[in-house]
Amino acid sequence: MTSAPLKGSDRVEVGPLADGTGTAPSVRPSSPRRRGRSAPYWFLAPTLTLFAAFTVIPIGYAVWLSLHKVQVKGIGLGKGARAEVWNGFGNYADVLNNSEFGHSVLRAFGYGLIVIPTMLGLALVFALMLDTPKARSASFARLMIFLPYAVPGIIAALMWGFLYLPAVSPFYYLLDKFGLPEPDLFNGGNLYLSFANIAVWGGTGFNMIVIYTALRAIPQEIYEAARIDGASDLRIALSIKIPIVMPSLVLTFFFSVIATLQVFTEPMALKPLTNNLQSTWSPLMAIYDSAFLKSDIYGASATAVVLALATFVLSFTLLRISDRYTREDRA
Amino acid sequence: MLAGAAALGLTSTLAACGGSDDKDSGDSSGPVKLTYWSWAPNMEKVAAIWNKKNPDITVTVSKQASGAEIVSKLITAKKAGNAPDLIQAEYQSLPTLVSNDVLADISQYVKDAKSEFAEGAWKMVTLGTDAVYGVPQDSAPLMFYYREDLFKQHGLSVPKTWTEFAEVARAAKKAAPDAYLTTFSSNDPGLFAGLAQQAGGQWWTVDGGGKWTVGIDDAGTQQVAEFWGGLVQEGVIDNQPMYTPAWNQALNKGTHLAWISAVWAPGVLVSSAPDTKGKWRMAPLPQWKSGDNVTGSWGGSSTGVSSDSKHAEAAAKFARWINTDPEALAALVKYPAVYPAATKGQSGDILTTPEFFSNQADFYTTAAEIAATAAPSAWGPNVQTAYTAFQDGFGSATKAKKEAQFLSALSTMQSKTFDDMKKQGFEVTEA
Repeated sequence: MTSAPLKGSDRVEVGPLADGTGTAPSVRPSSPRRRGRSAPYWFLAPTLTLFAAFTVIPIGYAVWLSLHKVQVKGIGLGKGARAEVWNGFGNYADVLNNSEFGHSVLRAFGYGLIVIPTMLGLALVFALMLDTPKARSASFARLMIFLPYAVPGIIAALMWGFLYLPAVSPFYYLLDKFGLPEPDLFNGGNLYLSFANIAVWGGTGFNMIVIYTALRAIPQEIYEAARIDGASDLRIALSIKIPIVMPSLVLTFFFSVIATLQVFTEPMALKPLTNNLQSTWSPLMAIYDSAFLKSDIYGASATAVVLALATFVLSFTLLRISDRYTREDRA
Repeated sequence: MLAGAAALGLTSTLAACGGSDDKDSGDSSGPVKLTYWSWAPNMEKVAAIWNKKNPDITVTVSKQASGAEIVSKLITAKKAGNAPDLIQAEYQSLPTLVSNDVLADISQYVKDAKSEFAEGAWKMVTLGTDAVYGVPQDSAPLMFYYREDLFKQHGLSVPKTWTEFAEVARAAKKAAPDAYLTTFSSNDPGLFAGLAQQAGGQWWTVDGGGKWTVGIDDAGTQQVAEFWGGLVQEGVIDNQPMYTPAWNQALNKGTHLAWISAVWAPGVLVSSAPDTKGKWRMAPLPQWKSGDNVTGSWGGSSTGVSSDSKHAEAAAKFARWINTDPEALAALVKYPAVYPAATKGQSGDILTTPEFFSNQADFYTTAAEIAATAAPSAWGPNVQTAYTAFQDGFGSATKAKKEAQFLSALSTMQSKTFDDMKKQGFEVTEA
């Protein structure tokens, strides 16, 4: 129902442009092509070089490291006390048998279950509210919602950490004044809420902008048609806007899932403030712990490779599912 | 741990003590350029004095992070073959660095500097072998800091033994229900290690036959864990971690009446508890047996020479100068505000009473007496593994406020450390 007018309007907008690019290849064949054949490779060369130098080779090195380990001889002091030896899949077996790492992944998922729905839900609501014709001083509100995203993650985490500590927090001061219960925000399940709050505070603005931009790209004619058919603003939001910005929502969802598995800054910054945070609370903290505190770069590489593969598989699966969903929607 | 952040109140007008025996560095061929990784603030000012006097050996200080970060950075730099010539290394990270072949044996250049230091300090840089892996720079003996005014107000006396300490903790809780004598911090394994040293704990030892012994769960350390666990369970000792905004406030507002810390504590108190200037006093650490006179250490570092250095001799010369020359020692006290490990740096007019402790004129005289009683520490090649295990295990235990958990956390710490060494291939047994 909604897709028909969209396609119609699309054609009007994109048509001439598409024609313009379409005519170029038809002129080409008459000119000599031999010299131009290597041209694509020249254009690709800078990207491929950088991709190889900064992505492929480092990943390859990490994989190589993950298959080795250090073997210490005797008391391990002085020259030649350590040798790098082949360890096969030993590090990987350790990672998979390591219950601490497993728990860190579970914790990250638990955290994600709170963060992702809340953050994307808020982002969508804010974007829809800003997009209604009645919205006043929308650009100011947009900036205000976006602003926390501009605050560096570590600063945000430290700031919230101060606000969470009863002894220095103004909130606790007020709770105390009014004799209200004072929850321990670093305890058990509250810890997840505390981290989630920081992530939602910082991330909502970014996701809101992505969704809002998609909303602004919707041609006004559709709304006009809907209003003539008697649709209210709420109806337009639910039946027109949300389905059209679905791809943006899927995109922000992926970003959020990946960010969830990589949660690091918040727990790392709050760790010194409490007794309750294990050094391996999140998967990246576990990797940091083995690479930079225990100096076991080999085990850390194996853990990183496992996490990267898991992220890849997860993203790919979710992408397939959402792809099927959107395709069914079209048909 | 915080050795570098030592007494900031030390800045004073110090007459340069002249007299240097380094001027005749004849056999060095041409000007030598050395890099020096250090985390202590203003270390470049000390190096500048050397550079002025030794135009043929130029030392450039490169500021680094301390703790575990500089260790992993050094190990990585060593792998890449570009470790700096000179390294500020904490005593507890020496075995790790030696095990990763980061530090060179400089015994041939500095062996005779031994007489400049207390035996315990020198033992830490030799790791009990014939080699010398660095020159001791600062020591950090543990002491008992307390609020003189509040102790007087509540009628508390300074504890001489740990039994008295427990009684004072109970009395303090009774006199001021909102306050605690102090806290047990699960974020500071360095302090716990120092307390264990005092109780005779030997966490890592290496015997002549070439074998490590991990003894973290030994009788001395168990005694310490049980003692603090009991007080936390009883509710007379706080369980919040140190170095948090909340902890700063507890010190500043006087809801913590005491702090067990090292000689560098004045520097921390200046920034953590600025309103309490002149209200603190320092005393020797309580003892396990009355009449004993032992303390442990929390921090302290040395200057080592990297095995990558092409100018080991020149670097060793600098390492020796900065830690034994009177002028260098005076500058170390003045600029990075360290408490020198060299015995001649601990007496005389080099050290002036910290401004924050203006009420205790004999601060450094007492400190030197306490420093002389420091038990030697016994560090191993995987201190960080043990430290992380401490933070995780004792974190849950202090949160739960259960004495039994303190002891089980200690045995977990022991087994994790032992397993890690075993896995890496060390010859190792358990005590």
